[in-house]
Amino acid sequence: MNYTTSQLILFFSIVSLGTILTRVLPFVIFPEHKEIPKYIKYLADILPFTIIGMLVVYCLKNVSLLRVPFALPEIISIATITILHIWKKNTLLSIGGGALLYMILVQYVFVG
Amino acid sequence: MSLPNDNTNSKKAALLAAFPLTIPVLTGYLVLGAAYGILMNSKGFPILWSLVASIFIYAGSMQFVTVTLLAAGFDPIGAFLMTIAVNARHIFYGVSMLKQYRGLGMVKPYLIFALTDETFSIVCSAKVPEDVNAKWFYLFISLLNQSYWITGTVLGGLLGSMLTFNTKGIDFVLTALFVVILINQWRSTSNHLPAMIGIGSAILCRLVFGATNFIIPSMLTILVLVTLLKTPMERGKSQ
Repeated sequence: MNYTTSQLILFFSIVSLGTILTRVLPFVIFPEHKEIPKYIKYLADILPFTIIGMLVVYCLKNVSLLRVPFALPEIISIATITILHIWKKNTLLSIGGGALLYMILVQYVFVG
Repeated sequence: MSLPNDNTNSKKAALLAAFPLTIPVLTGYLVLGAAYGILMNSKGFPILWSLVASIFIYAGSMQFVTVTLLAAGFDPIGAFLMTIAVNARHIFYGVSMLKQYRGLGMVKPYLIFALTDETFSIVCSAKVPEDVNAKWFYLFISLLNQSYWITGTVLGGLLGSMLTFNTKGIDFVLTALFVVILINQWRSTSNHLPAMIGIGSAILCRLVFGATNFIIPSMLTILVLVTLLKTPMERGKSQ
């Protein structure tokens, strides 16, 4: 680490402010007293359903179908989570079971 | 001395309703927070700086990016632009929460500040229980999640390389959380178009733009598609 304290304060403040900006922007544009336009209300209703799908892809962004192990740990784990969740409808079981299976797969089965 | 009153009771009810929803995040944030603390430690940053980052930035992927940025040299403007690019997806979270977060008073600024991927995925999909005050419910979800993240960071920074337990793959708990929320959403509606637009756009943009630059193109693609499909989608909803 070759930085002065003031450089680090400046650096972390900038990253903090940039992050806050991305989080606060919609609330600044549509403050409490202002009516939310119809189109934005429509987006607010529909976006949660699209973003979660985007987030799943975001989590898997570094997974390759073309390289060993051909995304098999991810495919097997997600398939298991899906079946487990539709069958037992227990969120913690599905998440815990899926993550545990994934750990076993990447630590012991698809060791590369 | 104080007698239990409605206020403390309603806070307790909100905490009890919020906590179980945050358990997957507890696991994920402790481990990823620790990974961040360990990484910062290994680059020679005293724990104070990891703590500052986890308190005031509180954005997982961005905090990992800061380590790379700091290794590359001091460039405040570059860091700012990178932050906007990495975190642009938060804008969608804000738009989605505009209605639910209205009228929540003093806690609202913190709720907005703490809107990470994981917190958003919970608050956007969880139904506030009938006897629970929405303000406290959202606040506890947000506060608990950040407390896990900070705890993980501190543990990682302090214990560092002393942790020998093989955690490889444990961060999949957050992927699993999003997958389960996706399944719940899918089953809660007969209109699967929005989910398919989200997944499809992201996969397409990931293939076209690569792993590091695909989120902003994905957001734009999603925006264009849901705007073009506004009329049929609203007609479907009213049926």
